[in-house]
Amino acid sequence: MIRVALAAAACTTFAFALAVALLERPVPAVDLPAAVAGTLGASGVEHPITAVLLNFRSYDTLLEIAVLLLAVVVALALHEAQPDSPDRMGLDNPLLRAVIGALVPLMLLTAGYLLWAGATRPGGAFQAGAVLAAAGVSLRLAGVALPGFEPPRLWHAGLALGLAVFLAVGTGALLAEGGFLAYPTGWAGALILAIELALTLSIGLTLLSLYRLAPPNADDPNAAVDGSARDGRHGSEPVATGRGGAASSDEDEQIGMGGDSPSRPDASAPP
Amino acid sequence: MSGSAALAWSVVVPLAGALASLLAPPAWRTWLALPLIALTGLASIVLLAAVLTGGPVTHALGGWAAPLGIALVADGLAAGMAMLTVVVAAPCALYAAVYLRGHSEASGYFWPLLWFLWAALNGIWFAADVFNLYVGLELLGLAAVGLVALRGSAEALAAAMRYLLAALLGSLAYLLGVALLYGSYGTLALDGLAAHAAPQATTQVALALMALGLALKTALFPLHGWLPPAHGGALTPVSALLSALVVKASFYILLRLWLALGPALGPATAATLLGLLGSAAVFWGSWMAWRQRRLKQLVAYSTVAQLGYLFLFFPLATGVPEAAARLAWDGTVLALVSHALAKAAMFLAAGNLILAAGSDRISDLAGMSRFRALSLLSFGLAGVSLMGLPPSGGFAAKWLLLQSALASGRWGWIAVLVLGGLASAAYVFKVFRRSFREGPLRDRFHAAPPALELAALALALASVGLGLVAWAPLAAMRAGTVFGGG
Amino acid sequence: MNGAMLFPWVGIVLCAMGLFAFIVHRHLLRRLLAFNVMGSGTFLVLVGLAQDGRGVDPVPQALVLTGIVVAVASTALALVIFRRWYRVSGHARLPEDV
Repeated sequence: MIRVALAAAACTTFAFALAVALLERPVPAVDLPAAVAGTLGASGVEHPITAVLLNFRSYDTLLEIAVLLLAVVVALALHEAQPDSPDRMGLDNPLLRAVIGALVPLMLLTAGYLLWAGATRPGGAFQAGAVLAAAGVSLRLAGVALPGFEPPRLWHAGLALGLAVFLAVGTGALLAEGGFLAYPTGWAGALILAIELALTLSIGLTLLSLYRLAPPNADDPNAAVDGSARDGRHGSEPVATGRGGAASSDEDEQIGMGGDSPSRPDASAPP
Repeated sequence: MSGSAALAWSVVVPLAGALASLLAPPAWRTWLALPLIALTGLASIVLLAAVLTGGPVTHALGGWAAPLGIALVADGLAAGMAMLTVVVAAPCALYAAVYLRGHSEASGYFWPLLWFLWAALNGIWFAADVFNLYVGLELLGLAAVGLVALRGSAEALAAAMRYLLAALLGSLAYLLGVALLYGSYGTLALDGLAAHAAPQATTQVALALMALGLALKTALFPLHGWLPPAHGGALTPVSALLSALVVKASFYILLRLWLALGPALGPATAATLLGLLGSAAVFWGSWMAWRQRRLKQLVAYSTVAQLGYLFLFFPLATGVPEAAARLAWDGTVLALVSHALAKAAMFLAAGNLILAAGSDRISDLAGMSRFRALSLLSFGLAGVSLMGLPPSGGFAAKWLLLQSALASGRWGWIAVLVLGGLASAAYVFKVFRRSFREGPLRDRFHAAPPALELAALALALASVGLGLVAWAPLAAMRAGTVFGGG
Repeated sequence: MNGAMLFPWVGIVLCAMGLFAFIVHRHLLRRLLAFNVMGSGTFLVLVGLAQDGRGVDPVPQALVLTGIVVAVASTALALVIFRRWYRVSGHARLPEDV
C-alpha cells in the first residue's frame, strides 16, 4: 500500500513537471529541418529520414547496430553458459504449414520492397529486417528447421555482417583522408544501399536469434512436463537457489502473467 | 595519424575488435587483445599529444558539421579519460587473459563484450551530441549488463536483471530530457545548446530528468541498490572495469552537461542537493562496506561511498569565487582518476586474495598476511589511496577539495571530507585486522599466478604514485575546458 | 495548441502510467512492459514536441527509429536474461521481491 502511494506521488510529480515543461517551452532557435532539406541533394537518398539515419547522423545508426549485435552476443554467451535441452519448438499443424507456405514468400517480397523503398519513401533496413525476422519466427513456429544456424561460425558471421560492412565503409572513407563515415562524392547512394542490404540481413538474423536463444519451454521449471522432456543434459538446472518449482503455487510466479497454466509442485526433482 | 583521425580511430578500433573477437576461434580471442590494446593505446596517445599541443580536436562524422551532423570533440578532459581507460583496461585485460583460463567456454565472450564496452566508453568521452550520448550510454549499459551476466549463475542473472532495469530506466529519463531540449532549442549539439539555452522551466525540467537518470546510472545514494550485487558478484576483471570506468562514464556526462549548461541554468539548490546525496553516499556506503562479510561486496560498497565524493564538485563549484571553483574541478578530476586506479587495483587484489583463500568470506582471510603478502600489499596500497593518506592520488584529491572548501568558506563539506576518510579507514582496516590474525586452521594458501599479482600491483602503485605527479594529469585534463585558463 | 501537441501530451500520460506500473509491479515481465510503455511515451514527446508549429521534422523521426531499435535490443536482452533467471530459480521476480 505504501509503495502504491509513493508511486502515485512520484508519478504525479513527474507528470506535473513534464506538463509545466510542455507549457513553458520556448520557440526553437535552430531550424534543423531546413538544414536537412537544404542538403538533401548531397545525401544520396531522396527520403529525409533515411538521409538523417544513414548519412547525416549515420554514427548514431552505427552505434545502434552495435547495440543490437551486443544484445545477441550476450544471449549467445548465456546460451553457452546454460546449455538448453534439445529444441522441440514447432506445432505439428498442417493448416499452419499451408498458411505459412503461402505467407513466407510474400513476407520475403515485402522485406525486399521495404528495403528498396527506403531511399524514396517510408521503409528501410530495420523495417525490412523486422519482416524477415517475422518470416523466420513463423517458420520456426511451424517446426521448419531453418538454415543458417549451423555451423556456428557462419551464423556469427551473418550476425556481424551489418556492423562489419557499415564499419568497413566508414573506415574506408577515413583511410581515404575524408572523415569517418564520409561517403565519397557521388557514391553515397550506392554505399547506403549496400549498407542497408547488409543491415537488413543482419537485423533479421539478429532478431530471430534473440527469439531462438531464450531457453525453450521444455526447460520451464514450473511447467507440467514429463520426465522425457528434460533429458539429462542439464543437470545444473534448478539447483542454483534450491527453490526450484517450490513457488509454483503462487500464481504470480508463473512465467506468463495470467497464472492459468498447469503447474507441478515438484518440477525441480532431479531427472 | 593526425589528432582528428586518432579521434575516429579510438572508436573504430574497439568496434573492429568486438567484431574480430566475436568471429575469431575462441583460442585466438585472448591473443587478439594484444594488438588491439596497442592500437587503441596508440590512438589515445596521439590524440592526447595533439590536444596538448594544438588545443581541442574535432572530427565531423560523415563530413557533416554539427548541428546537422554529429561531431566528436576531444578536449583535455576527454583525451585524459581515454588515456585513463587504456591505463585501467589494459591491466584488467592482462588479468582476464590469465584469470579466465580456468573458466567455462562462455567466458570467451568476455572479449567481444570488453571491446563493445571500450568502444562505448571512448564514444562517450568524445561525444558532443546529447542524443549520441544516449546511444553511447545504452551501448555501455548493455555491455556492462552482459559482462555481469557472464557467469550464468542464478546470482549473476539476478544481478544483471536488476542492473538492466536500473540502466534502462536511467537512460529513458535521460532520453526524455533530450526530447525536451530538442523541442525547446532545435539542436542536439552540446555547444549549440550551451549557446541558446536560457534559464527557464522546460530546460530545468529537462536537466533535472537527465541528472536523475545519470545519478541512477552512477549509483548515487539512494539510487545505488543495483550496484553492490552487480559489481560484487561479477567475474573479478569485470568488477574492476565496472567500478573503475563504467560508473564514471555517467558521472562524466553529468559533468559535461554541467560545464555546458549548468553554471547559467542550474539553481544552487540543485547543486547542494547533489552534494548532500553525495555526502550521504560517503557515510552510508562506508557503513555498509564495514558491515559486509564478503570481500568483493565490501569493495563494491566502497565504490558507492567513493562515488559520493565526486558529487561534492557541484556545491563546491557553484556560486563561489573562480579560484575555489578551479580547485574543486582539479580535486574532482583527480578523485575520479585516482579512484579509477585504486578501485581497479583493489578489485583485482581482492580477486587474488579470494583465489588464495578459496573463499570470498572476509573471515577466511585469517593468516593471509604471512603467506600472500604481495596480494595484501596491493590491496593495502589501493586502500591508502581510498582513505586519502599521503602521498597517494586520493590524498592529493582530498587536499584540493579541502582547499576549495576553505577558500569558499563552506565548512560543512570539510567535515564530510575529513570524516569520510576515517570511515573508509574503518573498512580497509577491517580486512587487514582479519588477515593479520593468526589462522588456527591452515598454513597453506593457493598462489595466484604472478601475472594476476602483477596487474593488481601495477594499478595500486599507479594510484599511490599519482599523488606525486598529480600536476601532470591535472594540467592535461584542464586543457580546453572552462577551467583551462591560468 | 495545434494537433501536433496532442502527441507530447499523450506521451506524458504514457510515461507517467509506465513509471507507476514500473514502481508498483514486481513481476519482471510486467516491469518490462511498463518500461516499453514509458519508452513509447518518450518517443511521442520527442517527435511531437519538435513538430509543433514547424511542420514535419525528419530529425526526431530518425532519432525515434534509432531509439526503437535500441529499445527492442534492450527488451530482447532483458527477456533472454529473465527467462534464464526464471529457469534457474523458478521465480519471475527479483530475489528481494519474492
